[in-house]
Amino acid sequence: MGRFHRHSDGVVHAHDHGSDDEHHHGDHSGYATATERVEVLERIFDENDRTAAENRADFAAHGICTVNLMSSPGAGKTTLLRETLRRLAAEVRVGVVEGDIQTSLDADRLEGFGAAIALVNTGDGFGGECHLDAPMVRSALPRLPLDALDLIIIENVGNLVCPAEFDVGEHARAMVYAITEGEDKPLKYPVMFRSVDLVLVNKMDLLPHLDFDLVLFRANLRQVNPTAEVIEISARTGLRVDAWCDWLRARVAANR
Amino acid sequence: MHELSVCGSIAGIVRKRAADRRVTRIHVRVGQLRQIVPDTLAYNWQLVVAETPLDGSVLEIEHIPGRLTCRDCRSESEIGDFPLFLCHSCNSYNVEVTAGEELLVVALDLLEA
Repeated sequence: MGRFHRHSDGVVHAHDHGSDDEHHHGDHSGYATATERVEVLERIFDENDRTAAENRADFAAHGICTVNLMSSPGAGKTTLLRETLRRLAAEVRVGVVEGDIQTSLDADRLEGFGAAIALVNTGDGFGGECHLDAPMVRSALPRLPLDALDLIIIENVGNLVCPAEFDVGEHARAMVYAITEGEDKPLKYPVMFRSVDLVLVNKMDLLPHLDFDLVLFRANLRQVNPTAEVIEISARTGLRVDAWCDWLRARVAANR
Repeated sequence: MHELSVCGSIAGIVRKRAADRRVTRIHVRVGQLRQIVPDTLAYNWQLVVAETPLDGSVLEIEHIPGRLTCRDCRSESEIGDFPLFLCHSCNSYNVEVTAGEELLVVALDLLEA
């Protein structure tokens, strides 16, 4: 069985420590057989990014604006989407790509609002993915009527780490952040908070019941992302959900 | 948390470049801001290549610390272990990341045929 370990120079690697007499720690040149080093210099996400570019080209060909919606689990993405469809579906033709590790529960909650919904279960294969990548989104596109859509909202898997790493071909990134998560989250998940164009600060109806410091949260957000727009909302009560819908309308209009 | 899918992507690149030759070592470069835990990546590599022609190959991970350049005063700063996107000279947050977002396969060591 192989082992992995870290050397004092910071290099971590995995290899067999069986009866390999040729192997000595600190000297990795001592392999019994000569090796040739071949330069590769290939970005690990090249394939994902090529597929993202294909997705983007398809969206452009159909005049569709695409928004990648991300958050931690339970921040309120699906509730917000339901309220969004309720307000928007009569005037904007909306499609939803719904990423969920195991179930169709979220997709079921969005039925009946006149939007086309394509579910991507990421639980297939090896352990389930914690994010949507460009090929997964691509696999959902044949199940959406692209000719009859103005806007696609991609509801990513609830996770503040991995979804930030994957370009799926979207035009804009928005995240739902709930004030129940605490003021420090932008500092703990700076890559996610840096990657978005808009932060929807959700569950504002709970503010009187919490010790949440909105000024501190905004200061923390500015540290990692000085330019993101911020809309304070409550998906549950509908507070300022119209402002978010206006943001979407403006994106759709700009894309036409 | 996405180390497993990163390993799958690395394996795809390695298979394409190595063709049928035996791979002993894969040199990868991982920037601090890619949110990858080196030990987890190395562990997942074993899972991904087990019982494949890449079984036994070594993943060598070069960690690249994050750096940034201030757009206001042009000085350079380290991002630090607890990532702070702050210019150490003038305390501006108007900064540009110049290192730490690397994620690539740099080279392969192949057994001489």
